[in-house]
Amino acid sequence: MLETIWFMLWGLIWAIYFMLDGFDFGLGTLMPFISENDNDRRVIYNSLGPVWDGNEVWLITAGGVTFAAFPTTYAVMFSTLYTPLLLILFALIIRGVSFEFRGKIDDPTWKKVWDTCLFLGSFLPALLFGVAFANIFQGIPFDKDGIFQGNLFTLLNPYGIAGGVFFVVTFLTHGAIWLCIKSEGRLHDKAAKWASGLWIAWLVTAVAFLAFSYVATPLYKNYFNNPALFVVPLLAVVGLLLTRVFLASQSYWKAWFSSSLAIVAAVLFGVIGLFPNLYPSSIDPALSLTAFNSSSSPLTLKIMLGVALIMVPIVIAYQSFAYHLFKGKVTPAMLASKESY
Amino acid sequence: MDAIFLSRLQFAVATLFHFIFVPLTLGLSILVAIMETRYVRTGNEEYKKMAKFWGHLFLINFAVGVVTGITLEFQFGTNWAGYSKYVGDIFGSILAIEATVAFFLESTFIAIWFFGWDRLSAKAHAACIWLVAIASNLSAYWIIAANAWMQHPVGYEIRNGRAELTDFIAVVTQPYAITNYLHTIVSGFLVAGFFMMGISAYHLIRKNQTQFFTKSFKLAATFSLIFAIAEVGLGDINGKEMARLQPAKTAAAEALWETTKGADFIMFAIPDEKNERNLVEFFRIPKFMSKLVLGDWDAEMRGLKSWPVDERPPVAITYWSFRIMVGIGFLLVALSAFAWWKRNNIESYPGFLKILLYAIPLPYIAAALGWIVTEVGRQPWIVYNVLKTSDAHSPIAVSQVGVSLVAFIVVYSILGFAAIFLIVRHAKKGIEAH
Ligand code: HDD
Ligand code: HEM
Ligand code: HEM
Repeated sequence: MLETIWFMLWGLIWAIYFMLDGFDFGLGTLMPFISENDNDRRVIYNSLGPVWDGNEVWLITAGGVTFAAFPTTYAVMFSTLYTPLLLILFALIIRGVSFEFRGKIDDPTWKKVWDTCLFLGSFLPALLFGVAFANIFQGIPFDKDGIFQGNLFTLLNPYGIAGGVFFVVTFLTHGAIWLCIKSEGRLHDKAAKWASGLWIAWLVTAVAFLAFSYVATPLYKNYFNNPALFVVPLLAVVGLLLTRVFLASQSYWKAWFSSSLAIVAAVLFGVIGLFPNLYPSSIDPALSLTAFNSSSSPLTLKIMLGVALIMVPIVIAYQSFAYHLFKGKVTPAMLASKESY
Repeated sequence: MDAIFLSRLQFAVATLFHFIFVPLTLGLSILVAIMETRYVRTGNEEYKKMAKFWGHLFLINFAVGVVTGITLEFQFGTNWAGYSKYVGDIFGSILAIEATVAFFLESTFIAIWFFGWDRLSAKAHAACIWLVAIASNLSAYWIIAANAWMQHPVGYEIRNGRAELTDFIAVVTQPYAITNYLHTIVSGFLVAGFFMMGISAYHLIRKNQTQFFTKSFKLAATFSLIFAIAEVGLGDINGKEMARLQPAKTAAAEALWETTKGADFIMFAIPDEKNERNLVEFFRIPKFMSKLVLGDWDAEMRGLKSWPVDERPPVAITYWSFRIMVGIGFLLVALSAFAWWKRNNIESYPGFLKILLYAIPLPYIAAALGWIVTEVGRQPWIVYNVLKTSDAHSPIAVSQVGVSLVAFIVVYSILGFAAIFLIVRHAKKGIEAH
């Protein structure tokens, strides 16, 4: 029971992480294509400025929770995915400092360097997280000693790449909507156009990825065994369609909430399909790490559950406050102040 | 070179680099919070300017602290899979708690603080920086408690082939965690105090914005003096705890080879590991070491030779790191005492101001050496007397670790240069920047 609860919480934390850092990644990836001048880029930096760090802590929590609740999974997952994970971490490093460093020196080359870092630091994690999760859905070739039988290119199989593309397109759409909320004038109009266009790409990749999953993974097994669960992917579809509706009516906050819903439901769809596996082995299913054979002791799970039940709502409350405080557009007056990126 | 050695090197590079930025965060957040509180209390704009100027430096530093922390959190899984499986039940939960109770607070409220000057009342705004200061110093507690558990495991039982938690309270409240915690955060306060004194000194030598920097200087001098004295005291307590719990580390830190009753204190020695002796011993105080660490002039101290060779920590590194840290500790007391004494006409001591400028690295060096004593002195154990470092590693290839280690060194060097460059640039500009 405790294990199952933690499995769901584990999935939920990843889902919240992708919902939040997802639009950071998307907008960072979109920046070179959508911005025309330094001012546009500063709008983008400052639209993410107050929130990106808080968003990223959900990743630290997801990692920490994997470590705390499922230490064996943490150990095997992170060591077998050594190279992609370190690539993600280095990407996050250059992304993080580019926010703080870019505006400190008023020199085009200096800014260009950090703009490139923001782009790479957003695009690479989006892609690699997609590749990693798709491969997990499919099963990872690791043996009984937790040794990975392959290399980075093993992960770049067609389904893995499909997962990466799906993540990138999803986040691009999510990020474009965020820019619609945050920008004014020409940039805003451009963002609205991009969001509508990207939405179609999102729809196509989503359908393709779901169909591919049916062929390439056992994800649907749990759903056929228990059809009531289909409500989760249904919610993802609802979120996806509502996004379109609200984009058309220019209700961008609502569109953003809808794409958020779609992302959370899509991640949960995958996680539920995985259950009880956390990290399946494609070499021998008996070696798969599950919520039950890789979990911590009941005492640890209980203490952690107490901490999570108290702290997560508090965190959500003050993070919502921060989002609320900075819900408005990035205005020229804000850009003119010293307290901006 | 095996994968374990490379992973150790990588972990050391990554943590020591993280810990260049961490201490300044710990101390400067408090100093900025004090300035802003004074602004709220007195309405004096000068304090607001101070909070903004030093806050700016804080933010550049903070960014690097954050991004280098993330790699650490994941390295236990990537490079130390054996360790993670064996102790995740205890260690993992403490890290997860650190993230949920401290990192969220820190990262959310620092953003509100930076972007929120015009959106919040002055009081609420000052509360944000206090939250950041508290959260930073709280996050340190959890990570130090986790580290203390590796130094001195308590509240666990070996079951199902791993260490399982039996007493959570014991793990998070053991005295060793508390003493190490206090010693570590105070090292951060010293880093921040000397940082602020040194930069103020730079401007005072140039007679630049004197009023502003005199105010900063006085605050920093008081802060530094209080904590420099406290640090020596806390270090002494730390030393006693270390002797009680990890006598092998103490023996290495003091380069004591033979088990002795009423061991002498030797100010200076050159340890010779191969021949298990000291080449030179200089300035001896009879029986003082026993008194210092065990509280009794005649107490027996275990010498290194009483452990088999493979259970001794590396002696020279531990010894020298410890000696230099302690030396710097006393030096910091002297420097901050003089600075505080002359704080009202410090401008008439340009020579001393110059020394203070060049003293900025000292507390950083002491803190790094402190960690080296703690971590190297624990070897060959990763969890003291429970798990050997050699059994803790991930089944990964040498080439993988080799490549990532090089990547760490390259990326971190660039990052370090960029951060230091920006901090120096902004510090030199002074408040003109605002
Ligand atoms: C929570 C646990 C933890 C914490 C708070 C720290 N360390 Fe540590 N340290 C380890 C856990 C650890 C470790 C995982 O146990 C390592 C890796 C390999 C080893 O032997 O111990 C280690 C090794 C290690 C080494 C190499 C020792 C050797 O291989 O001989 C150094 C120099 C440091 N650490 C320094 C630090 C610094 C500067 C820290 C401050 C941020 C720090 N450690 C915090
Ligand atoms: C080896 C173990 C360590 C791990 C795994 C670790 C992990 C982390 C992580 C993930 C972050 C980023 C949090 C964010 O985004 O806000 C971070 C930042 C931080 N860590 Fe560590 N840390 C370690 C050691 C330490 C130690 C020993 C201290 C203090 C004494 C410390 C103090 C801090 C502080 C104050 C921050 C805030 C950012 C900054 O420093 O500027 N950490 N750490
Ligand atoms: C006279 C002064 C000092 C004494 C006697 C002293 C003593 C000690 C001892 C015994 C340890 C090892 C604890 C253990 O492994 O169990 C230690 C660690 C450490 N020291 Fe010092 N120290 C002094 C000054 C300083 C100064 C000035 C700084 C930095 C500004 C500093 C920073 C550290 C740090 C960061 C650690 C590692 C964390 C810890 O284990 O607490 N120390 N110190």
